[in-house]
Amino acid sequence: MTFVVEVQNVDKHFRLHKQRHKSLKDRVLHPGQGSFTDLHVLQDVSFNVGAGETVGVLGRNGSGKSTLLKCICGVLQPTSGQILVRGELAGLLELGAGFQPELSGRDNIYLSASMLGLSRRKVDGLIEEIVEFSELEKFIDSPVKFFSSGMYVRLGFAVAVTANPDVLVVDEVLAVGDERFQAKCMDRIRQFQADGRTILLVSHNADQVRALCDRAVVLEKGRLVADAPAGEAVRVFREHLLGGATVSKETNQIDGGVVIESMRGSNGSFTAQTGKRFEFEVIVNSKVPVEGSFMMELYSQAGSLVVRTDPTLSPVSLSPGRQTLSVAIEDLPLLDGSYQVNLGLVSAEGNTVIAWREQIAALEVSYDGRGAGLVALRLNVH
Amino acid sequence: MSSKLNPLARRPVEQRPVRVVSAHLSMRQRLRAIWDSRELLTYLVTADIKIKYKGTALGVMWSMVAPALSIGVYFLVFQVILKNGVPDYVVMLWAGMLVWTFFSAVVVNGTGIVVQRAGIVKKVAFPREILALSTVGTALVYFFLQFIVLGLLMAALGHAPAWGDFWLLPLAFLGLLLLASALGILLSAVNVYFRDMQHLVEVGIFLWFWLTPVVYSFERTVAPMLGARDLTWIYFLNPITPVVLTFQRVLYGDTVVTATTPDHAMLNVLPNWSALHYALLNGVLIAVSGAALVVAIRIFGRLQGNFAEEL
Repeated sequence: MTFVVEVQNVDKHFRLHKQRHKSLKDRVLHPGQGSFTDLHVLQDVSFNVGAGETVGVLGRNGSGKSTLLKCICGVLQPTSGQILVRGELAGLLELGAGFQPELSGRDNIYLSASMLGLSRRKVDGLIEEIVEFSELEKFIDSPVKFFSSGMYVRLGFAVAVTANPDVLVVDEVLAVGDERFQAKCMDRIRQFQADGRTILLVSHNADQVRALCDRAVVLEKGRLVADAPAGEAVRVFREHLLGGATVSKETNQIDGGVVIESMRGSNGSFTAQTGKRFEFEVIVNSKVPVEGSFMMELYSQAGSLVVRTDPTLSPVSLSPGRQTLSVAIEDLPLLDGSYQVNLGLVSAEGNTVIAWREQIAALEVSYDGRGAGLVALRLNVH
Repeated sequence: MSSKLNPLARRPVEQRPVRVVSAHLSMRQRLRAIWDSRELLTYLVTADIKIKYKGTALGVMWSMVAPALSIGVYFLVFQVILKNGVPDYVVMLWAGMLVWTFFSAVVVNGTGIVVQRAGIVKKVAFPREILALSTVGTALVYFFLQFIVLGLLMAALGHAPAWGDFWLLPLAFLGLLLLASALGILLSAVNVYFRDMQHLVEVGIFLWFWLTPVVYSFERTVAPMLGARDLTWIYFLNPITPVVLTFQRVLYGDTVVTATTPDHAMLNVLPNWSALHYALLNGVLIAVSGAALVVAIRIFGRLQGNFAEEL
């Protein structure tokens, strides 16, 4: 297999200056480099991306994922190691980067397209499509300084995706514009995938990674800790990283000492019936007392989120030791199918994860009615 | 909406060009990348000029105002007040100013350009040398405008250039172009780490101007003084001097003129060298500047790795 992006033993150091000696006076008075701390942002990161793959990069803030992406785009150079990119690469590190406020939308299309490596001739052929996609026909000849921020990013996104690069690198920029435009962007990304192009997506939104990516890599403190199919990578990310870190930060005494060990259906299996009550038990082992909330996610087989429960409605309080939580779903509102179950314990406000288990079980729902879809909807017709 | 490019028409993965991101790129790879970005360069130059004169009544003619004003002042001081007696002195001034305006614009604007464009340097990947080269491009446009105006002025005055030596101009200009590019590229990178550079350059360029025979005649001031002690070579350590002298020699034409002062004395305004001598001087300049450009690109390559972090 030929790889489109090859990241080979990439190291990146940053110097964090405490005092910057940039002026002549400082340089003379303080010879030497001044004081700085060396930050090892990326440590020996290697992975490959094959043609047509969509690969997610997951990691907490400060894990080095944006730095890695900047290196791949060529904005930063690795301190050692190298990155090979085959074909044209368009990096969306920031939408509308490089726009000149005084120039018209049209001029900016040419300018930013040429920064993405497109020739004038190519842009001439694509400009109609770009303008159409951005939905800015009326404003395209006025200076972009008069654009709203939404219009600005729409134009930026339109240029980048219409450029049709072999590799598209996206850094948390899919949340642009209103919901309708976001859906349009997502459609475009999927079309990109269907065309067999390669996408590298940085996100701390695990749902998005699961929905879009074939594979994901997980970074922690600059190291690659997982390179696996999206579901598995998300599991590592959420259970291991998200759980462990936030706990030790929020309440020091817990220190990751809470583990969701297993889940079992009350009747010994994970089969349930639409509209019926479904009960299950969750075994939790905790070293410390916990005041928090219980949370459950269900994913359809297509990988889309069916439900994420409101944690504030299900508070739990755990004493140290191994214990069993009994949970019941009243009138299971799901139609037949197999659903992936994720369970978690979160803080009382629901903002921080204390413990998390991905894909702890698959819930099989059977339904003997004639409705179709995901949810059971009961209509009262008079 | 469907993509107009047929995905099957794309080159197979194996045949696509490979780009290497690494701290250690060869000179050839970098020059290649710069060449591939030439279209971006033209956009940056046109955007630069468009933005600068957008919404102004005079438009790009504003670029003429500053040089014309300084030429006016020097003319007033040296010709009207000090009565240097050089006929068509304004042509001589303009020929020198043409060179100097180009050189100082590239060096002064080039020094600040990377810091000034921090926004795109941090977010978009392209060969950063392009930024420094864009100031060269912008200056080039103004150079040609001023050249045309000088041509009109000479036609109005009925002052003919030395047509036979005209071939020296591109030679001298090539040396100037290489030297200015080398300095622009080098200083733009240094300024990222050492912000005093911008101010040092502004002061330095002011001194440099007076070390260059633009407003005064080389043959009448420097040559007799230094020549008496065989030290003329010191003056030629200033690499702009041969360029200015060549431009004056070709565009002003005469080396010995009759003064317009009442005594009508004979004035040696320019050195009486052969065209070959000028060509040789400029050849040396081209060689030295070419080497300087290679060194500048090398240093730039070493420094650019941390641009995005330092800005």
